Formats: sequence, structure tokens, C-alpha cells
Amino acid sequence: MLSVKGIPAGAALGLVMTALFLFAAVFAPVIAPYGMGEIVGGVWEPASENFWLGTDNLGRDLLSRMIYGARTTILIAALATALSFGLGSVLGFLAAVVGGWLDTGLSRFVDLLMAIPTLIFGLVVLSVLPSTVLTLILVMGILDATRVYRLARAVAADINVMDFVEAAKLRGEGSGWIIFREILPNALSPLVSELGLRFIYAVLFLSALSFLGLGVQPPEADWGGMVKENKEGIVFGIPAALIPAAAISVLAISVNLVADWILNRTSSLKGGRGHA
Amino acid sequence: MLDRPASRPAAGAAPLLDIRNLRIEATSYPPGEPPRTVTIVDDVSLTLEQGKVLGLIGESGAGKSTIGLSPLGYGRGGARIVGGEVRLNGRDILEEGPKGFRRLRGREVTYVAQSAAAAFNPAHKLMDQVVEATIRHGVMGRADAEKRAVALFRKLSLPDPERIGERFPHQVSGGQLQRVMTAMALCPKPDLIVFDEPTTALDVTTQIDVLAAIKEAIRDTGVAALYITHDLAVVAQVADRIMVLRHGKLVEEGDTGQVIHRPHEAYTQALVAAHDLQHQEKPPQAEPLLTVKNVTAAYGGGAVKVLKNVSVALCAGQTLAVVGESGSGKSTLARAITGLLPPQSGTVRFAGRELPARLVDRKKDDLRELQMIYQMADVAMNPRQTVGTIIGRPLEFYFGLRGAERERRVTELLEKIELNRGFANRYPAELSGGQKQRVAIARALAAKPKLIICDEVTSALDPLVANGILKLLLGLQAEEQVAYLFITHDLATVRGIADAIAVMLRGEVVRYGPKSQVLSPPFDAYTDLLLRSVPEMEQGWLEQAIAGRRMQSAGN
Repeated sequence: MLSVKGIPAGAALGLVMTALFLFAAVFAPVIAPYGMGEIVGGVWEPASENFWLGTDNLGRDLLSRMIYGARTTILIAALATALSFGLGSVLGFLAAVVGGWLDTGLSRFVDLLMAIPTLIFGLVVLSVLPSTVLTLILVMGILDATRVYRLARAVAADINVMDFVEAAKLRGEGSGWIIFREILPNALSPLVSELGLRFIYAVLFLSALSFLGLGVQPPEADWGGMVKENKEGIVFGIPAALIPAAAISVLAISVNLVADWILNRTSSLKGGRGHA
Repeated sequence: MLDRPASRPAAGAAPLLDIRNLRIEATSYPPGEPPRTVTIVDDVSLTLEQGKVLGLIGESGAGKSTIGLSPLGYGRGGARIVGGEVRLNGRDILEEGPKGFRRLRGREVTYVAQSAAAAFNPAHKLMDQVVEATIRHGVMGRADAEKRAVALFRKLSLPDPERIGERFPHQVSGGQLQRVMTAMALCPKPDLIVFDEPTTALDVTTQIDVLAAIKEAIRDTGVAALYITHDLAVVAQVADRIMVLRHGKLVEEGDTGQVIHRPHEAYTQALVAAHDLQHQEKPPQAEPLLTVKNVTAAYGGGAVKVLKNVSVALCAGQTLAVVGESGSGKSTLARAITGLLPPQSGTVRFAGRELPARLVDRKKDDLRELQMIYQMADVAMNPRQTVGTIIGRPLEFYFGLRGAERERRVTELLEKIELNRGFANRYPAELSGGQKQRVAIARALAAKPKLIICDEVTSALDPLVANGILKLLLGLQAEEQVAYLFITHDLATVRGIADAIAVMLRGEVVRYGPKSQVLSPPFDAYTDLLLRSVPEMEQGWLEQAIAGRRMQSAGN
């Protein structure tokens, strides 16, 4: 397992920040000083003892909304990433192992999806379907699965020609064993590092959708939506819109630091003894 | 043109190369442990006179390449020279630092790598690469350098010496490329050439030509050489003196004749005797276990025929050796038998029934009774599975063994391959090359097969380790009555283990029969060439072999 000693400073910082965000997301109702939709003060009040980050465009406590926003944003992004990985990697491995028509069919379908810009595709789909959390997760997950599919297929195609996979095929093993026991453990490192990156893309994508008004609907709080609600304030020198924007970038950087470190620790195929 | 090297200080007085008490260390990073310093070379001294050839011999990890690179001031993979002197032409090169190394490399000392195919830049023509060091060091101008290169190509018996420099590396064969690399090393008129296993990656029939070319070039140019190899028979052909190394320490040093005929140390004696396997040929039986009949197979949907009308048979509990050089189709024969490459025509009968051509159509018992062991044990085992899983999976898959019963059988199999039960918890990366191959054998045995296909199982191993594996295989055959289809290019191995032999050339079986019959005259031209190409531990064998052969090798 990971040893606590010897974690590089960057990765340690990333770990601490990511842990903080996760903590805020999980325990939002406990630690938030006010309710999510509660109007507790004047419009765009500056930071004070009562409101550590000030209030927003309707007089709600910004810190409380940031904490609840972390919950919404991270939950949706995490579920969408999980869906994209489950779907993308299993289909990618299957395409690489089975080959032939299945591979061609799946790959061309993925190419087709990828040919349409993701944001525009998302906007079109979401403007037709009702904007619920479930639709958001499904749309984001399926669109992102195309990227994971391509990576998983490429990695699995390299592993699929190794002698140990041939040995398993000669033994008569089915696709299930080959995918989950022979290929998956060896494909894990590139996939794990991609997982971090994909999670960040999901956060950014969700924020962009919310900013455009098609993501999380008010009065639910999420960071992209909060930037949108408070963007008018920038003209008057009020930083309320910058705080959720900063949170998005800090989360992105923190998760990336962790993902990079994991990639460095696990990129060697030589040792089966999991030293990461 | 091929004048002797312009040696600098008074030659004769001091030796050309004088290495004293060399000590080389490297830092290794074992998983899960703090980094530690490993001594690769420990207190080794050697001297080399002008125009002489010193052979460095030892198994992998003996430090022979590391020592060989020290006259170039180079430590591969983070190896550091931490003690001793390397005196070349009377001066200690280690004191001169990076600038001195730059003047030295490619001028006074040059290098011939094991894999010329990997060492040449595929994007440049051969001639540009051959003369580069010569021109950059200002030894001569481009026109003179190219003239010298052409003369060297001729000297090394390369075909079309005037124009071969115009080609790119992928346009010449492996054996030719190795000789072009030798020309590159000779071009700047160096005092010393380091040959790092220059013929190990070549077919036996090609190796003999390259060896002869190298030997002649060394003699005619009067250059000194360090010749690194693990094959004692090869080094006996070219070296004046031989140094035997093990674990970074000197075992024995002496004249070539003394080392190969009268070795003092037990380790050297074991090396010399490594080829002495004895095997009593078993008579063929009426009903063979495996019958391959008129099999034709092709890649690319029939475009490239790699097996043409091949018929062989193998009796239960016996060994059929399939011999041939690379590209002869011997591995493809294995793929056709296992069903990985369904043959276009012909049949494979096994244990009294006809096997379906395609792998997916075969029953579980067909698969179980026909196992395979691969050349590279490294990639034949999942690096993320423990030895226990690797050996245990066939038990679970074919016999439904689970839990304690499975564990007991794994321990039993580990004992059969002479490893203790502690190995079950290790990962392949934590095993040596020989141990990995043993585990691969245990995995095959776990299925209780009737036939094991061994695809070049010993060619990636050191001679002594390979010998151990062969002995193990023979012992298991006697115990379990399993038959082997043994694919190899090494005729010396074949003599020691086979009951029957099939010699393959370009997809066809050119000679087939019981061992005694195949290995006794009269020979066809190809079998004769193969037999004559196997290096013998005898000085002067090379010249006799070249003079006596009736057929040119394919690599020419």
C-alpha cells in the first residue's frame, strides 16, 4: 500500500485539498453555517464575521452555498465519471478482445459521437430532455465514455497480443476472465490516471452547462450556477463570482496532482507487488 | 587502405588497455524497500596487448558488458565506476572527464552492439552512419572516409560493397547489418573495439559468416578487441585469451586453449560441459499421439504461405524436435497445431481423434491435453498474478480444484519443478529467468497434458540455466509420460533431448525421421549447413566449417 512517507510535496498538497473538498461535500448539512436557500442578509454583502465569504445576489450566505455546491458538483461529476469508466472500459476491452465486426461497429459509433462537439451535443440533448440530476449524469457519462473507450481499447489491444493472454486463450478461458483477470489489472495504471483527468473534465463540463443554464437548476447550488448568478457583481467590483470559479480550478489542480503522482507510482509493469 | 592503427605512445612497452582493480556500482530500487547499492563489478583487472582479442565470458549479470563498456568511460543504466583505473594508451581515461570521453569514444575505442537493428538509426542511410564518427573526429575527410568504408564492406564480404551504403537499415538482413556495424567500428581506425554479443541474436547459419568476417577484419587491421559473449564455443573461435566472470568477479583467466580444454575452476568446467546432455533415443510406436498430415497454412488470408504441405508425427512420451532458422515456419507449425492459426488444408490428429481446425471449436479436453510453453517466460505470465494463481488457475479451470486441495497440488507442482512452496506468493518480476521458465513448465504440467509444445524454451536463457531446464524437462517426461514438440534453432540441444527430428526450411520439412537417422550422413545440403554451423568448442573449427560447407546461408 501507499506509504505516508515519501509523498512529494505537490501530491501531499493535492491530497489535502481533495480531502477537504470531499469532507465539505459529505458533511455539507453539518458544517454549513446556514441553509442552502436561506436568505440571511443583504444583497452582495462583503465578508464579515457572520458571513465569512459575504452573501450572494439574493442575500444568501455564500460559504453555505459553496459547501452545498461542492456536494452537488462533486456528486454529479463523480457519478458521471464512474458511468463513463464502467461503460467505456468494458466496451473498449470487449472490442479489443473480440475484434472483428463488434470492434468495427463500436469504434465507428464512438467516432460518430466524438465527431459532434461535446458541449453542443450536450446542450441539444439537455434542451430536449428534462433537466434532472439523472439526465445530467447519463448525458455526461455517455459522452465521456467515448474518450475512455478509445483509451481502454488502445491499452487492451497492446496487452491482448501478449503471450500470457494467448496462454489464457489456449487454456480455453472465456472473454470475462480475459478481460477482468488478465487485461484489467495490467491496464489499471493508465486508466486510473485518466480517471482523475476525466473527473476534472466532468466538473468543468457540468460547470459550463450550469453556467449556460442547462445544468443544475436553481435553487440547487452548484459552482457553475453560482458563477452565473453572481457574474453581474463583477462589474461593481464584487468578488462573489470569483469564489466558486476559484474553487473549480483549485479542485481541478488538486485532483490532477494526485492523479499524476498515482501514475508515476504505478506506471511500471515490472512489479506485480502493488507498490502504489 | 586498411592500414594498422596509428598508435600513439611507444607501443610494446605498455599494454594498450590496462584495467586495474575496477569496481562498478549501481543503485537498485527494489519494490517496497529502500534503494540499495549493488556492486556489479568487484575488483577486476585485465590487460590487453595491441592486436590481441580478449574474450569476456559469463552468464547474464556477470558484469561482462559493464566491464566491456568501461574503456569507453560509459556506465549503462546508472552504473558508476567507483574505483580502480582504466588505462588506455598509457593514460587513465577516468581522470579526463566528459571532455576526454568525447575525444575517446568513436575514435580510439569503438563499440559493436548486440542488436545492430536497434542500434542503427532507421531514418539515415547506412553510409552516413558508418562514416559519421570518422568525419566528426577529423580522422579523414568525407571522400576518404567513404572510400575506406567501401573497402571495409568488401573486407567483411558484404554483397555489393559499392552501393550497400546507399541503403537504409531495414533494407539489409540482420547478419549484414551486424557486419555494417563492424565496418562502422573499424572505420575511424580505432585502437580497440568492444564487441558486445555481436552474434547472439543471429541464426546459427548467419552467425558463422559474421564471426568469420569479424575475425578476418580484426586480423587484417591489427586492432585489439574485447569480445563479450555467453557462448564459450563462439569466443573460442576469435579470442587469444579468455576471462571467465561470475557475479562481477574474475573466476579464471587464461589462453583460449587452456580455458576450453583444461579449465581449472569448477564453474568453468561446468560451462565447458554445459552441452553434454545424454539422451537414449526411443523407438517409434505404431500408433503416434500426434499426426500432422499435409498441413498448409498462411497469413494474411492466404497471401503469404508459411507452411507448405507439412507432415510429421509424434509418439506418446517422446520428443520431436523441429529445427530451422527464423522464418522457417517452425513456430507457425505450433500455431497450426494449437488452432491459433487454422490451417488452409490438412489435418491434425491427436490422441486418436481429429482436432477441429479452429481454437474456438475445440473441446476443453482437447485444450487441456495440449499445452504450450513459450520462449519468453517474462511475457508468458501475467505480471499481476502470483505464481500460486498462475499455476493454480489450470487446476481450477480444468479440474475444479479449490481451496486447500488446490493449494496442496500447487505445492506438489512447485516441488516437481524444484522450487519450494514459498514461491507461490511471489510475482513473476521477483523470479530469475530460469525460475520463470520453471513456473511456466509447472503451469503446463498442471493440466496433466499428453503433449507440451516447447517454443524455443531455452534460447533466452544462459547455458547453465538452460541445461537445468532441459534436464528438468527430460526428468518430467520420464515421470509423466508427456510428449514434447520441441521447437528450436539449436542443434546442440536437439542432440541431447530428441527422439525424432524434423528439419524445416522456408515452410517445408526438408528432412524428417528418428534422430539417429537424421543426424547421420548422407546429408542434404541444408541439414549439412545447419550441422556445420553449430559452433564447436575447438580452436580452428570456424575455418574448417567455412571451407567445408556446400551451401550459402540465407542471411548472405
